[in-house]
Amino acid sequence: MAPADDAVIRVRGLVKRFGDVHAVDGIDVAVSEGGFFGFLGPNGAGKTTAISMLTGLARPDAGSIEIGSIDCSRNPKAAQHLIGVVPDESNLYPELTGFENLCFSGALYGLRKKVRQRKAEELLDLFGLEGAAERKFSGYSKGMKRRLVIAASIMHEPPLLFLDEPTSGIDVESSRMIRSLLAALNRNGTTIFLTTHFIDEAERLCDRIAFIVNGKIVRDDRLERLLQPVQGRYALTVTVSGGCVVPYTDLQQAFPGLVFHETAENELRIESSKPLKAGLLVRFLEDRCVEVVEARKRQLSLEDVFVEVTGIGSSSMTGGVKEGRGRR
Amino acid sequence: MNRWIACWNIVLKDMKAYYLKPPNVSWGLLFPLAWAGMFLIRSGQGVHSLVSVLPGMIALSVLFGTSSMLAVAVTFEKKAKAFERLVLAPIPLWMLMLAKTSGAVVFGMFNALVPILLGLVFSGLSGVAWSLVAPAILLMALASTYLSLLLAVLATEVFEVQTLSNFVRFPMIFLCGLFFPVTALPELLQPFSYLLPITYGVDLLHHAMGGEQLLSVGVDFALLAVFCLLLFAVSLRSINRHWIG
Ligand SMILES: Nc1ncnc2c1ncn2[C@@H]1O[C@H](COP(=O)(O)OP(=O)(O)O)[C@@H](O)[C@H]1O
Ligand SMILES: [Mg+2]
Repeated sequence: MAPADDAVIRVRGLVKRFGDVHAVDGIDVAVSEGGFFGFLGPNGAGKTTAISMLTGLARPDAGSIEIGSIDCSRNPKAAQHLIGVVPDESNLYPELTGFENLCFSGALYGLRKKVRQRKAEELLDLFGLEGAAERKFSGYSKGMKRRLVIAASIMHEPPLLFLDEPTSGIDVESSRMIRSLLAALNRNGTTIFLTTHFIDEAERLCDRIAFIVNGKIVRDDRLERLLQPVQGRYALTVTVSGGCVVPYTDLQQAFPGLVFHETAENELRIESSKPLKAGLLVRFLEDRCVEVVEARKRQLSLEDVFVEVTGIGSSSMTGGVKEGRGRR
Repeated sequence: MNRWIACWNIVLKDMKAYYLKPPNVSWGLLFPLAWAGMFLIRSGQGVHSLVSVLPGMIALSVLFGTSSMLAVAVTFEKKAKAFERLVLAPIPLWMLMLAKTSGAVVFGMFNALVPILLGLVFSGLSGVAWSLVAPAILLMALASTYLSLLLAVLATEVFEVQTLSNFVRFPMIFLCGLFFPVTALPELLQPFSYLLPITYGVDLLHHAMGGEQLLSVGVDFALLAVFCLLLFAVSLRSINRHWIG
C-alpha cells in the first residue's frame, strides 16, 4: 500500500534479528494522523519487537523510523515526548498506590504537581478505579492493573498512543471498558497504534489493519477494503457425526446458488451471498442419513479474510470480543 | 526544567520505595557498628580510640549503604520490566541513570553520619578537617554507587548482583586501608589497593582525621573523581548497549 501523505508514523524496511530468528523482517508501515492502526498477528509474529523499536526500547538492525517527522533511526529516544506506551505486561510499581503510580508517570513527562494530581484523579474516575486510588498496585486484579497502565500512558496526553495487546488475559468487563475508552480517545484525535491477536478486536476498533506473520506484513489495507471480498457474504459451518458420507453432488444439485467446501473431516462450510436457511440444509442432510451435530451460521468477517490471506486457522487466534459482533 | 521534575521524582520514588524501608535502614546502621565494635574489642583500647577506626567505619558505611539497595532499585526493576517505563520517558539516559543512582549516593552519605555521630559523642572529634571529610564522603559514595551500578548492569538477577557485590566489597575492606594501612599489606597485594577507588577516599579521610597517608590530597581527589567518571561512563555505555536491545 502506498503510504498516506499525512503519516505520523512512517516505517521503512524495519528489521530486527535475534540470532537466527528474524523477529521483524523488513516491514513498512504508515499510520496517518488521527488513525487507528491495527497490527494483527499470531503469537511470535513480531508485534512486540516492532513496537519496542518504534517506542525506543530497542534498536533496529536495519530500516528507518520517523515519528511526527522526527527521525528516530539514530536516536531511539528522539520522539518519546510525543508518545504514550502501554506495554504487553502491566509494569507499574507494585509498592505504590494507583494514585501515586499515575502521578509518578506524569512526573516522568515533566508534569507539575498540581497538574499531575488533577489529571490522575480525572483518569482514575474515567477508568473506574476511583475506589482503588489509595490501594497498592500489587493488590489490583489483572484487569484493574491493565486499566491503570493505560491511564498512566495517557497522563501526559500524548498525540500518539502505542498499545501492545491491551486486552490479552484480562476479564471481559475490563476489556470492554478498554475498547470503548480507546475508541473515544481516537475520536478525540489521538492516533492509535494497537497490536492484537484478536481478529474481531481489530475489526471492531481499527480503520487500518496490517496482518503480520513471521515478521513480515502479508497484507496492509483500510478495513473497508479488507472486508470488500466478504461483504454481504454468509457462511454456514456444519459438523456431522463421524463416518457419515456427505453427498456433495446431491447438495450442489439441490442448492445451485451455494458454494460447498469440505473444511475438515466431518465438517463442511457452505457460503452464500444471501442469508442462508440452515433448517433446509440440515433437513436435506438428515434425510440422507447424515447426522448433523452442529450447524453454525454467521456473516463472513475479517476472520475469513485473515485465514484466506495468512493461511493461519482462526482457532490459533481466538478469545477476543465475546459480546455480539458489530462496529463501534 | 521539565526533566528536573522527572529526575527529582525518580529520586523521591526510590527513596520511598526502597531506601527508607525499615530493614534497609537498620542494615545500614547496624553493619558499621558491628565492625567498629569488633575492631575496638580486638585492639583492646577503649571508646576514646574510636577516632583511629573512624575513617574505616565511615568508608564501610558508605560502601554498604550505597550498594545494598542499588541491586534492588536497578536490577529488580529491570527484571520486573518497570525499568522500561523509565527508558520510555523523554529524558536522556545519562540523566535518568544519575537520578536512578542518586538515591543510593544520598543513602550512603546518610549512613556515614552514624559513625561520625558516634565519634562526636565519644571523642569529640576535635581537629578534624571537616572541609575535607564532606567532599571525600561524597566522592566515595559516588564511586561506590557507580561501581555497584556496573555490577548491576553486568548481572541479570538480584542474587547475582548481591553475590558479585559481596565478592567485590569484602576484599575492599582489607585492600583499601580501612582498618590497617595499605603499606601493611603484603607487597604482592598492594597494587590491587591502588586499583580500587575507596583506597583514595580512605586516604582523604586519613588526611582529615589522622592516620597513615599514601598520597597528597590533590592526587586523591583527582583519582577519585576520575574513577567516578569512568565507572559511570562505562556503566552508561553498557546500559545503552545491552538494555536498549
Ligand atoms: N529478546 C529476544 N531474544 C530472542 N528472541 C526474541 C526476543 N524477543 C523476541 N524474540 C523472538 O522474536 C519473535 C517475535 O517475538 P515477538 O515480537 O514477541 O512476537 P509477538 O509480540 O507478535 O508475539 C519470536 O520468535 C520470539 O521468540
Ligand atoms: Mg507480544
